[in-house]
Amino acid sequence: MSILINRNTRVITQGMTGKTGRFHTGNCRAYANGEAAFVAGVTPGRGGQNVDGIPVYDSVAEAKRETGATVSVIYVPPPFAAAAIDEAVEAELELVICITEGIPVSDMIKTRRKMESSSTILVGPNCPGVITPDEIKIGIMPGYIHQKGRVGVVSRSGTLTYEVVGQLRKLGIGQSTCVGIGGDPVNGTKHKDVIKWFNEDSETDAIVMCGEIGGTDEEDCGRWIAENATKPVAAFIAGATAPPGKRMGHAGAIIAGGKGTAREKISVLRECGVHVTENPAGIGELVKSLIS
Amino acid sequence: MKVHEFQAKEILRHGEVETPRGVVCHSLDEVPRALKQLGGSVWVVKAQIHAGGRGKGGGVRVVQSEGDALGAARDILHRPLVTPQTGPEGQIVRKLLIEEGIGIQSEIYAGLVVDRSSQRVVLMISPEGGMEIEEVAAATPEKILKTQIDPEVGLTTADASVAARFAGVPEPLIENAARFIQALYRAFWDNDASLAEINPLVVTTSGDVIALDAKMTFDESALFRHPDIVKYRDLDEESPAEIEASDAGLSYISLDGNIGCLVNGAGLAMATMDIIKLYDGEPANFLDIGGGATTEQVVAAFKIMLRNKQVEAVLVNIFGGIMRCDVIAEGLVTALKQIDTNVPVVVRLEGTNVETGRRILAESGLTLTVADDMDDAAAKVVQAARS
Repeated sequence: MSILINRNTRVITQGMTGKTGRFHTGNCRAYANGEAAFVAGVTPGRGGQNVDGIPVYDSVAEAKRETGATVSVIYVPPPFAAAAIDEAVEAELELVICITEGIPVSDMIKTRRKMESSSTILVGPNCPGVITPDEIKIGIMPGYIHQKGRVGVVSRSGTLTYEVVGQLRKLGIGQSTCVGIGGDPVNGTKHKDVIKWFNEDSETDAIVMCGEIGGTDEEDCGRWIAENATKPVAAFIAGATAPPGKRMGHAGAIIAGGKGTAREKISVLRECGVHVTENPAGIGELVKSLIS
Repeated sequence: MKVHEFQAKEILRHGEVETPRGVVCHSLDEVPRALKQLGGSVWVVKAQIHAGGRGKGGGVRVVQSEGDALGAARDILHRPLVTPQTGPEGQIVRKLLIEEGIGIQSEIYAGLVVDRSSQRVVLMISPEGGMEIEEVAAATPEKILKTQIDPEVGLTTADASVAARFAGVPEPLIENAARFIQALYRAFWDNDASLAEINPLVVTTSGDVIALDAKMTFDESALFRHPDIVKYRDLDEESPAEIEASDAGLSYISLDGNIGCLVNGAGLAMATMDIIKLYDGEPANFLDIGGGATTEQVVAAFKIMLRNKQVEAVLVNIFGGIMRCDVIAEGLVTALKQIDTNVPVVVRLEGTNVETGRRILAESGLTLTVADDMDDAAAKVVQAARS
């Protein structure tokens, strides 16, 4: 098992003919079963071409019909990225992973509204992607730092995830799947969704979550863990030293009831039975103590 | 992106949201003409800076004669205004907004903001106009009504009327107030705002509904489709470091400590600040150079950090993924040779080709300290800042 993606997943790259899409699809194909996994590219108006041997189609629907792919990864530039998500959702893909950073918030609000009646899962935007080590990598993370194992990782931040995976690697601890959910205010999959999937996954024994200040997703996730999780969860929340109000607008904090600080998140998570470290260098050791 | 009150009001008027008439003055000479143009016998002189809390800092004055207006303008213009949001050094006032006086019947709070958990724009309304909304939320949360807005429908007349009634608008004026709130929402949505606060929104003695104050910020990711709003950017309101950072594509926030941080990725950058604090150090800044970390970016980042004379040591923490550590190390060496600083630098590199990267640093002839991991890096940089 693993969650979301495995060696049998077939993937469409949206934005295949762009520099970024082409570069990262090349890297993904070079990882594990990537050669067989990445079966199609989509760039409107470029149907019939091929990029490095991968056929390009005009639309996601056509690429899906021709190849049987059920997942897409999006490297489309920000002004057009939300429309690319909409297209993948309309084509009823199972999973859409959006790497693009800098999509206008109002575009994402509209896209999420359209997704309310859909069963498509969106990961991101503004995320590194998803990897199931030794099987498939979909995204921009360095594949080689990962190794197959039984710890699930979910994070809002790219390089901080690499840091955690790097620490696990040094301790010989492998991962079932690593999911970057991205740092945008309006996004798809939340910490809670991923932890639910890890909790149900027979090949995951423990879970690491990396959160950040802002919003209340980590707290929501903590409450779910307290009632449902059967596996140990380790957590780190970045931003304990961040000055309040520097990033969040002033009324933004009110909606969350004045919450969203690292201190608040850490205390809620601890009350919910999550093992929290305040040292970002100590996440690997914490996981080790939970699984041994 | 932040804009001034007078700019927010221009945007609102364009969207048919009523505001007081006003004139912007850059010097004392312009004040008498502004008063004449506005007419009447009561005016309000308002300092135009991006920070909030201007009233508390003495930046808003009601005046009833040309002499008083000139006196107020002389007190405020070209001087630093200290408010709860500016920090102790204040912000120099370069523009004044002079507005006609308005007879106030009642004051209301109206705000629009993007709510992460519902993934919608939320309207907040309170009868407690003129108060800090945070204080209302803390003391009397029942006095705030929150309405989620469906992006496919917009703010309905029904919802806007309910909000106006909640705010205590008299019944004959509900329709007028609802129309105001709907226009406010359209101005917010059509311009890709991330925040709009009308505090206070007033019902005038003559029965008009009008935005007495206005604060708006805009989604930076959507500015590409709003060249008219980009024109409102006021570089005088940004620190030189912030301007330089945004020009170089870096994300920089200055803090009070003495340890500069240069990190790739926002989450890792925050984690780096956190671990410095755990080791009893104080970060001097947040600085995210993004995933790439090119030589040009590293040079720009060092220049920005070292502008801050409080910085006594710098920690570079880079996790090289797609960007290899040897490339990053070469960039660092080039940058540090260009910068030529005496401030001790601790470098922690991890990721692809890390061994080659560390060797390049060791053989560079530069006096920098190489750290093995984040614990080691934090300990070494805190030590360096102390000695």
